[in-house]
Amino acid sequence: MAIFYTLLLFMIIAAIIAVETKNLLSAVICVGAIGFGGSLMFLFLRAPDIAITQIVVEVLGLIILIRATISRDLTFITGDREFFGTVVSVVIIFVIFLAGVKILETKPVEEIQEIRKSQPQFVTLPDFGTAIFDVAPEAASQTYISQGLEKTGAANLVASVILDFRAYDTLGEATVLFTAIIGATVILRRKSRKLLEDAD
Amino acid sequence: MAEKEKNSNGVKGMTVIVKTISSWVKVLIFLFGIYIILFGHLTPGGGFAGGVIVAGSYVLLMLAFGREFVEENLSLPVASRLDCLGAFLFALIAILGLALGGSFFVNFLYQKYLPGEALNLISAGTIPLSNIAIGLKVAASLFLVIFTLSICCKDFKPGTPVNGKE
Repeated sequence: MAIFYTLLLFMIIAAIIAVETKNLLSAVICVGAIGFGGSLMFLFLRAPDIAITQIVVEVLGLIILIRATISRDLTFITGDREFFGTVVSVVIIFVIFLAGVKILETKPVEEIQEIRKSQPQFVTLPDFGTAIFDVAPEAASQTYISQGLEKTGAANLVASVILDFRAYDTLGEATVLFTAIIGATVILRRKSRKLLEDAD
Repeated sequence: MAEKEKNSNGVKGMTVIVKTISSWVKVLIFLFGIYIILFGHLTPGGGFAGGVIVAGSYVLLMLAFGREFVEENLSLPVASRLDCLGAFLFALIAILGLALGGSFFVNFLYQKYLPGEALNLISAGTIPLSNIAIGLKVAASLFLVIFTLSICCKDFKPGTPVNGKE
């Protein structure tokens, strides 16, 4: 458990530095550090598929950010903060902090199962890192774990869930990615063609 | 003389050391990405992470050798056609599930034609084929985005105005 709190502290400090600094290169590197801390946290929570995807996308996203900002010679951010924006963000952070304090009273899994026998809804969350469907044995994920290999033949249960049991969601996600890339490429190509013509 | 000592890493490429090392490493990165895509139903990984790794090998090529070198290798229309081909293959597998299996997107290869044994490479029906389609799509998409972003940034000497922007 101590490793989770250390990684959380690391990510919070990196986020604060990324917001407060005026040098753009430091801000981009701190965003990369947040993504790296998140990937380590997924690894310690025993989810290697998500950890691989997180680290690779974070590295590529860092390159995209540097290409889009630093190479255009915008290396410093200037300007004042607005008063209204500051007040709204402080209020939102305070509300989320109150909700977080309520969530932090966690109980072990056996106590929660006893409470669930008397009243069926959750009263509080289990400890950090428990599979949340450990406390609900009639959920659909128990079917995936026990019969996933026979019904799909894939040894990697995550791949069998996202590409066989829930393949419709993956189709939706692939469509979203496709549409976003097409939109971005159309706009960027027009602008870059105009830039190239102006330079010649 | 001023341009030679400036050693810009914009669209012109980097020094000789970087070019030599990256021309050896990019093949390993490409091969590793293909391994993560193909073995997605046996080990952690899958189509999305493997596709990003394959795109990463082309990004390394673009950063080390410059943009024009990569444009001769894999030009913009070819990349966008590969992207559309990946998305079309994914939709084709779904529709074939409807035609040959009975419901939309059913795993028709595993349940009817080619069961295979578990823990082999040829197993789990249409899952490796979907992984290959998604990997192709994600790799071509991310390569397209980074390539068009790199056209937008030009080699910059600080102090000269650029077309009216700040």
